[in-house]
Amino acid sequence: MSHFSMIEARPLPGKKNRSISWRSREGRSVIYQIVAILSALALVALLVRNTLINMRLRGIQSGYDFLLQPFGFDISETMIEYASNSTYLMAFFIGMLNTLKVAVIGIVLATLLGVLVGVGRFSTNFLVRKVCYAYVEFFRNVPVYLQLLIWYLVFTEALPDFDKAWQLGHFYLSKNGVSFPWPVWQLGQTLALCGLVLGCVFTVIYRRQAKAHFDQTGQTRPVWGVSTGVTVALMLLGWLAGGAPAEWNLPKIGDFQIEDGGVFSPEFMALLCGLVFYTASFIAEVVRSGIASVSLGQHEAAASLGLNKGQSMRLVVLPQALRVIIPPLTSQYLNLTKNSSLAVAIGYPELVSIANTTLNQTGRAIEALSIVMLVYLTLSLITSALMNWFNASAAIQER
Amino acid sequence: MNTVFKSIDARPMPGRSSGPLAWLRANLFSTIGNSLLSVFLLALVVWAFVASMDWALLNAVFNANLQACNDVRGAGACWGVISEKGRLIVMGRYPETEHWRPVIATALMLGVVVLSCMPRFWNKALPAIWIVMLAIYFVLMKGGFFGLTAVDTDQWGGFPLTVMLTVISMTLAFPLAIFVALGRRSNMPAIRTLCTLYVELIRGVPLITVLFMASFMLPLFMPEGVKIDVLLRVVVGITLFSAAYMAEVVRGGLQALPKGQTEAAATLGLSYWQVQRMIVLPQALATVVPSIMNTFIGLFKDTSLVTIVSLYELTGALGLALNSDADWRPFKIEAYLFITFIYFAFCFAMSRYSLWIEDRTAVSKVR
Repeated sequence: MSHFSMIEARPLPGKKNRSISWRSREGRSVIYQIVAILSALALVALLVRNTLINMRLRGIQSGYDFLLQPFGFDISETMIEYASNSTYLMAFFIGMLNTLKVAVIGIVLATLLGVLVGVGRFSTNFLVRKVCYAYVEFFRNVPVYLQLLIWYLVFTEALPDFDKAWQLGHFYLSKNGVSFPWPVWQLGQTLALCGLVLGCVFTVIYRRQAKAHFDQTGQTRPVWGVSTGVTVALMLLGWLAGGAPAEWNLPKIGDFQIEDGGVFSPEFMALLCGLVFYTASFIAEVVRSGIASVSLGQHEAAASLGLNKGQSMRLVVLPQALRVIIPPLTSQYLNLTKNSSLAVAIGYPELVSIANTTLNQTGRAIEALSIVMLVYLTLSLITSALMNWFNASAAIQER
Repeated sequence: MNTVFKSIDARPMPGRSSGPLAWLRANLFSTIGNSLLSVFLLALVVWAFVASMDWALLNAVFNANLQACNDVRGAGACWGVISEKGRLIVMGRYPETEHWRPVIATALMLGVVVLSCMPRFWNKALPAIWIVMLAIYFVLMKGGFFGLTAVDTDQWGGFPLTVMLTVISMTLAFPLAIFVALGRRSNMPAIRTLCTLYVELIRGVPLITVLFMASFMLPLFMPEGVKIDVLLRVVVGITLFSAAYMAEVVRGGLQALPKGQTEAAATLGLSYWQVQRMIVLPQALATVVPSIMNTFIGLFKDTSLVTIVSLYELTGALGLALNSDADWRPFKIEAYLFITFIYFAFCFAMSRYSLWIEDRTAVSKVR
């Protein structure tokens, strides 16, 4: 028989050693961090030093003072007033606007096409399913740069000359790009635009009220119908108040090109088509996997509650699918914006093209590239922030 | 009151639910709208097929006969441009008498990559195989040893360069990505901040700006008198770029791993690096193989951008072959379709592999 005896209690732990020592986990962690920061700083210092020496040796000037000097080059497409004696700063700004133009239009079109194709993968129609599948696989697996070059070739070589342009109503398609009617901008259009903004504000407020009303009483209000109606009415009102201008600037075939009207240049069209068709194939996959992630039980439960197909999609499936869709969709939007920089290869004057010209003219690589990077980083951060906000509103509302 | 029981009529026999007719009805003609859509799409597909067959096969010229090509222009394809220029497009500026070298070297490299894709070969011998392969690859490509004439890196081009840029950048980016991913999940704030900063900075800007930086700014960063080769600069740029993306992929894998794994390993007395090496990374990396594959596909496509900083990989070599030749330049579209096919074949194969490995890991998770 063994005699049971209790082991002695462990001694009271000593006072915790607070000093930085290799022996403690905290101490090591502090040392590692100091080493990491110091080496990062040392690396930066070394690079800066080398750069300064190299620049002095090669006689490269530095500084951002060139921004206020005249750019001296024509820019083929500008959204605002520009003369060739405008400054570099102005040129960069125009480049940024052009980037934004192609990015915004591209994002809208790519989302529409992508959602259409993504939903099409679930169609009951065999042909629709297969066509959507083929679309995704083809456009996803070919470099966007190559697609861009092919579109550019199509828009500059395969299309007819301007005097034999393909015409559909007042729309023209030729080597000159796409020409379309554009309203002559007058007070009426401006007021209509104000009406649109007011309508949007109204929609937001009305939606919020309708939601509160629904939460209290369980009665729904026709939000979409009312807000669309009010918005259209406000726009009409603005247009009428401005004297109901109905003058259109119609394009026509001139002697050397298609004159008047709005125009999208072949470079812009090639870039837009390349980006939209490529990105849409990725968005389609994002949408497909989002919808596939909602379990079949949800569809069935919605149907058994008596919701029709549209309602079950809108109220049950989509809100859940959105949670899965939004994060990857955000990165697709960012990818589209970043890929717009490929325009440097086809001569659409967006930010990187302007920076490239600047770099060749002034030799200030660091300055030009830093501006480009700053703009892209800002755009990325803004897009991420917007999408995060949208994502937060779509997330599960937990207690 | 008496009610007379009367049975309701039997329901009609259900229609056939199998067989070709039933399939057609369910999949193509379920409603009037669907039927119209089917007919319209079918007409479109048939028309596109007939038109492309006419252009690409029936009216096409297959030999490098410029006269014949010019005669069918607009009505038929001129595949002669590929027999004439194909070699230049695929091989770039590499000296023509030495073409056997990139062919063998690239075949070897692709062979080892394919080998590494098979889970059967995921063992300790693999790194050794890679080192041997890379040594042979560079000796073959660069020359200067064993009686091979030296070929400068600025002469490398075409498809071998595409493969090389992808594989080398990926190989270099992979370890870097693992360290950055671990750093982003470290509990040391300074290291976490540095890694986050790197990843977000790189992911926020387009690859082109990184390439521009590599080609214009990297020479300025070097100590006085040190010149680095343009190919090396681009490899550094692409590596830094793809490492940031891959770090996020790896981080996803790390996050998916339950905390219990790390805790259990720590309880066994393993050190931080032992835990990562033996417990965390093997599981985390296995789950993200499909995503790594997607990054690889993306990188393969993105190498086409190095043309912009004048390295002539597949897309650039095409421009090199055709832009200066007024005779053949009109048939650029055929050449574009040719390299489109090459890119598509490789990317499609890789995405199929990615799906396969995804299914495989899904199966291994089922108990």
